[in-house]
Amino acid sequence: MRTLEDKRWAFVGHVCMIILSILALAPFVLLIIASFTDEAAAIRNGYSYVPEGWSLDAYGYILRQWGVIGRSYLVSMTVTVVGTVAGITMASMIGYTLSKRDLPGRRIILFFITFTMLFNGGLTATYIIYTQVFNIKNTIFGLLIPNLLMNGYSIMMLRNYFEFVIPPALVEAAQIDGAKEITLFGKIIIPLSMPMIATVGLTSALIYWNDWMNGVYYLSANSKLQSIQTLLQNMNENVKFLQQNDLGTQVDASSIPSVTIRMAIAVVGILPVLLLYPIFQRWFVKGIAVGAVKG
Amino acid sequence: MQATKNTGKSISLAAKKKKKRKLKKYLGLYLMALPAMIYIFINNYMPLFGMQIAFRKLDYSKGVFRGDFVGLKNFEFLFSTRDAFIMIRNTVLYNLLFIVVGTVLGLAMAILFNEIKSKKLSRIYQSSVLIPYFISMVVVSYLAFSFLSAENGFINNTLLRAFGKEDVSWYAEPKYWPYILLFIHMWKGIGYSILMYTARLITINDEYYEAATLDGASKWQKVWRITLPMLKPVMIMMFILALGRMFYSDFGLFYQIPMGSGQLYNVTTTIDTYSFRALMKIGDITKSTATGVFQSLVGFILILLANMTIRKISKEDALF
Repeated sequence: MRTLEDKRWAFVGHVCMIILSILALAPFVLLIIASFTDEAAAIRNGYSYVPEGWSLDAYGYILRQWGVIGRSYLVSMTVTVVGTVAGITMASMIGYTLSKRDLPGRRIILFFITFTMLFNGGLTATYIIYTQVFNIKNTIFGLLIPNLLMNGYSIMMLRNYFEFVIPPALVEAAQIDGAKEITLFGKIIIPLSMPMIATVGLTSALIYWNDWMNGVYYLSANSKLQSIQTLLQNMNENVKFLQQNDLGTQVDASSIPSVTIRMAIAVVGILPVLLLYPIFQRWFVKGIAVGAVKG
Repeated sequence: MQATKNTGKSISLAAKKKKKRKLKKYLGLYLMALPAMIYIFINNYMPLFGMQIAFRKLDYSKGVFRGDFVGLKNFEFLFSTRDAFIMIRNTVLYNLLFIVVGTVLGLAMAILFNEIKSKKLSRIYQSSVLIPYFISMVVVSYLAFSFLSAENGFINNTLLRAFGKEDVSWYAEPKYWPYILLFIHMWKGIGYSILMYTARLITINDEYYEAATLDGASKWQKVWRITLPMLKPVMIMMFILALGRMFYSDFGLFYQIPMGSGQLYNVTTTIDTYSFRALMKIGDITKSTATGVFQSLVGFILILLANMTIRKISKEDALF
């Protein structure tokens, strides 16, 4: 039975959540409207929710510059897909090994991983190793490999799932039938662990798509391997970036709608995340419920 | 005699075969672990060797790893310069601010969110407040710019003008930035906090609340006497863990949002942005590595202390 007091609290809850929702969404709305605003109106009145004039110039410019922007899109997608698939494959394989309680040396491998969760050499020491020893500067590996491929948390998450959630009887039955470990892993463990793998995989994909730090560290500013985030980051550092990277198309620099185009490129950058958001959110919320997502 | 000898031999043969089969079984498992272990060795262990740069004199003619040992000389600036004081102060104070405001606001909102009975509206609210969590800090800096830009920003051009106020050059006025950074940190993270705390709230047994209702307790009393005490262990854990990360900061927040404005360095520089700038903008490898080593060591000690404290309070919640 709901008392008057319950209703009053629920009312306060609604008010607070409506305010928070508006605060969360309003900047995105402004960003999208700004990207469709007429350049002259944006310069005159600033970015506004009710612009004096609308225009598709910014997007027209993006289409004309698709050479640069499309390429960065392709880089982002490649890095996201390859990094996520490679990372989750490696992490679940070692996670499976570690889920075997009778494995000789299990504790040593576990310590090898746990230690990295507590102590690290710092970004600079990592940078020195990757650039001095492995020379990955200005290669696609610079975006793929450093820090993002996998980490101790995802390995532990997968291992716990393999060890405690998958019924041991199933694994034992297959072992009696003489299945090899790798077959067992591919045919039984992976299909049964889809909820966890989806959560860890989507989180990893999101991290790859949103990463700009590897671009800053491992690519020079004129590299052709810039992901969409690195492109946005470079535009922040240098407002003239677009003019300078205008690939031979002879346009007058003053004709570039630079005030609104920044916003249009940002919209293009978040578009995949917004489109896939319902899927992300569902797995994310599920992941929190089973403890798969840690801050 | 002959017979027993034979059986003995066949038994030892069988044992050997079994051992071999066992090794073969484990060999497969070890091979499966190998790629990840190689990656972790390269990504997490080799940088530990890189840390030695912090103890050497930088000498390009000899190569970065071959300079003379200088002991702790490269660390002196951390304890003697004003820059170092500012970055450490900022890192610690922002962390404290974020922990306190984040916990109070996150918890309060989760309790209120939990009062909403409409499933449909709950889902809409949750979807909305969680969106910022999924967006990169670079894009957030664009969102912030659309509001704060001195020439084109929404605040100067629309809000302040509507109230007849003077324009503010936001990216040049340090006094506003602790609030701006706090706001953006909360804006990006509140949806996640609400989700986290709600997951804990729904594990509290309803019977406590029902019994309290029978005793005529008010909602307010139930929050103070049931909800908060039940959440206390979780909150203590999260608080201690956050203390363990006291010397780390959200690099994206402090580097991207102020857009590199030099006038804001005093209030926006943290250990991470300092170390980054020393390396990538100034090219001072030793200073940058020394800062990183200092951060890692203090961070390591803090997390060990945090874990020790948690172990004392409740063993299951300890990290290791």
